[in-house]
Amino acid sequence: MVAGSIAEQFPLLQRLNQDGELVGDLGVVTPSGFLEVYRAMVMLRRFDERAWNLQRQGVIGTYAPFKGQEAAQLGAAHALDEADWLIPTYRDWAASWARGVPLEHGLFFAKGHPAMGAVPEDARVLPAQVVIAAQTLHGVGIAWSLKLRREHAAALVTFGDGAASQGDTHEAMNFASVFEVPLVFFCENNHWAISVPLERQMHADTIAQRALAYGIEGYRVDGNDYVAVVNLVSELMARAREGEGPFLVEAVTYRLGAHTTADDPAKYRSSDEEQRWEERDPIRRIERFLMAQGLIDEEQVRAVQEQALDEVEEVLERFHRALDVEPAVLFDHVYAELTPQLAAQRDRFVARAREVER
Amino acid sequence: MAKLTMAQALNQALAQALETDDRVVILGEDVGRDGGVFRITDGLLERFGPDRVIDTPLAESGIVGTSVGLAMGGMRPVAEIQFFGFIYETMDQIASQAARVRFRSLGRFQAPLVIRTPYGGGVKAPEIHSDSLEALFVHTPGIKVVTPANPYDAKGLLLAAIDDPDPVLFLEPMRLYRAFRDEVPEEAYRVPLGVANVVREGRDVTLIGWGPSMPVVLQAADELVARYDVSPQVVDLRTLSPLDEATIVASVQRTQRAVVVHEAQRTGGLGAEIAALIQERAFLYLEAPVQRVSGYDTPYPMTMFEDLWLPDVTQVVSAALAAIRY
Repeated sequence: MVAGSIAEQFPLLQRLNQDGELVGDLGVVTPSGFLEVYRAMVMLRRFDERAWNLQRQGVIGTYAPFKGQEAAQLGAAHALDEADWLIPTYRDWAASWARGVPLEHGLFFAKGHPAMGAVPEDARVLPAQVVIAAQTLHGVGIAWSLKLRREHAAALVTFGDGAASQGDTHEAMNFASVFEVPLVFFCENNHWAISVPLERQMHADTIAQRALAYGIEGYRVDGNDYVAVVNLVSELMARAREGEGPFLVEAVTYRLGAHTTADDPAKYRSSDEEQRWEERDPIRRIERFLMAQGLIDEEQVRAVQEQALDEVEEVLERFHRALDVEPAVLFDHVYAELTPQLAAQRDRFVARAREVER
Repeated sequence: MAKLTMAQALNQALAQALETDDRVVILGEDVGRDGGVFRITDGLLERFGPDRVIDTPLAESGIVGTSVGLAMGGMRPVAEIQFFGFIYETMDQIASQAARVRFRSLGRFQAPLVIRTPYGGGVKAPEIHSDSLEALFVHTPGIKVVTPANPYDAKGLLLAAIDDPDPVLFLEPMRLYRAFRDEVPEEAYRVPLGVANVVREGRDVTLIGWGPSMPVVLQAADELVARYDVSPQVVDLRTLSPLDEATIVASVQRTQRAVVVHEAQRTGGLGAEIAALIQERAFLYLEAPVQRVSGYDTPYPMTMFEDLWLPDVTQVVSAALAAIRY
């Protein structure tokens, strides 16, 4: 057991500080790869803003923005191998996208489109989970299935600081550690569970220290530092595949936006606080680093922005094309086979849909 | 052919599922070393090892939630919840998770797990150990609800439930675990889900029951024949969701009277749904209102008054006679 205070045992790991200066090495990140990560983050930020506007325009329903959490999500997702699983929440569209889920699924989710969880066959990603912490247990089950089948793979489950208060999170960490499953618990501690701040969520200083209670390793990392996150999680995923898991990672980040499009943070938090976190923005520090290294210039930054807008337009086109759905599909995946009851109700529903159309 | 109790028949079904399908794992509290508090998984840990028969930490949501993940990951978990009343601890993982995986993913994922749990009262158990909560799950789209009333059906229905691509809540009447024996074939046969069993053909009244109520219903049928010269038809539903509506409707159309028997509380119980179904689909055949014999709208009363509280033969006979004399 490591001696020392909690702060000493769970130091905040950082490699790229908020001014874009390297305070560690790049590790698994290559300069050209980093440029791609930057492009991706810019595009994701534009998407997130666009989704917000789509809700305001009445095109989609409630949407939960991930603005500010791009580095945590991409850092975690990029640490996974092809055979690894991602078990995400409703705010993890950046992570899911990085693992092969098209971004329009985030809009499907807000639209209540029947295909919202129809993850592509080749992507090992579960549908986004909306019940807080329910997915932590699914992550344990998925990882356990990998272990029982002796697959050389591991899983990563995301959850927030609010979810850390749920009983399911405790049960998941307990099961995972008892059965030593190949899983990384990846907490995106964004400091706010709707209006409840972290210090009302728990009495302890960190989420990472809970690892002690489960007899597993826990780490605390700057969640707005892509370099630190991807390096830490890559190492832990590799170790999990070798049977050394589970692990707990607390990625310290911030929800720069509202909880959802139905929320107004001005009611419960100060703009000073938001300003402090704007300065720690995960994208800005990468941009500064790439500029300082001469890997991009002002003109290229503008080009990246424009390209991002084009890509978001393509997402929107795909979203709009997918809206022509037969309502009857609601009945087709309740059970593997349509029951007699559902068959009869489906007919009535179809007739009703035709009536309304007329 | 061997004569087995329901407990033995269930044990045999689980052993055969473990034997023939590598994806099957059994998990729950005390299911391994102890063989389950009712000994339904007795000897399975010794035969199949700790990767297949798994003693879990004491946490119902953990048991079902990890089973959902295991199932989505390609396994066929058979989870045990030690008593039905404890299922509230895992309601989200059953009703919002297991039952919705297929719908949520448009069929990309499925959660083929079985949740076994003892069911019904009458064994002098502590509080929350004897509740009949089937209606909560019949009301939940995406999960099937199955309950055997004899050793033969217990084995065949459990094997069919384990094969089924959808989540199945498998309710085992604990009063019947060792109440009597049946001839149970050695081979791994299936009793199809969604099909009720007409246990006894009759002309005058249809008695509808399931699981723990069936011995009461069958005894009432005997008494109606012997003492009142009434010819009852008896339907054992076996699957509560999806209901075998065709068998219920055809039976009532024949007898023109119906009595539904369940241990669960009366209001909002499955009996109400069956009565509604009958009036929708067989109204013009009915000679009398559908009768319900059920528990009362109180919490389950536990040991002291449970025999008084539970439906008994006299009440079922009276209800049948009331329908006939209406």
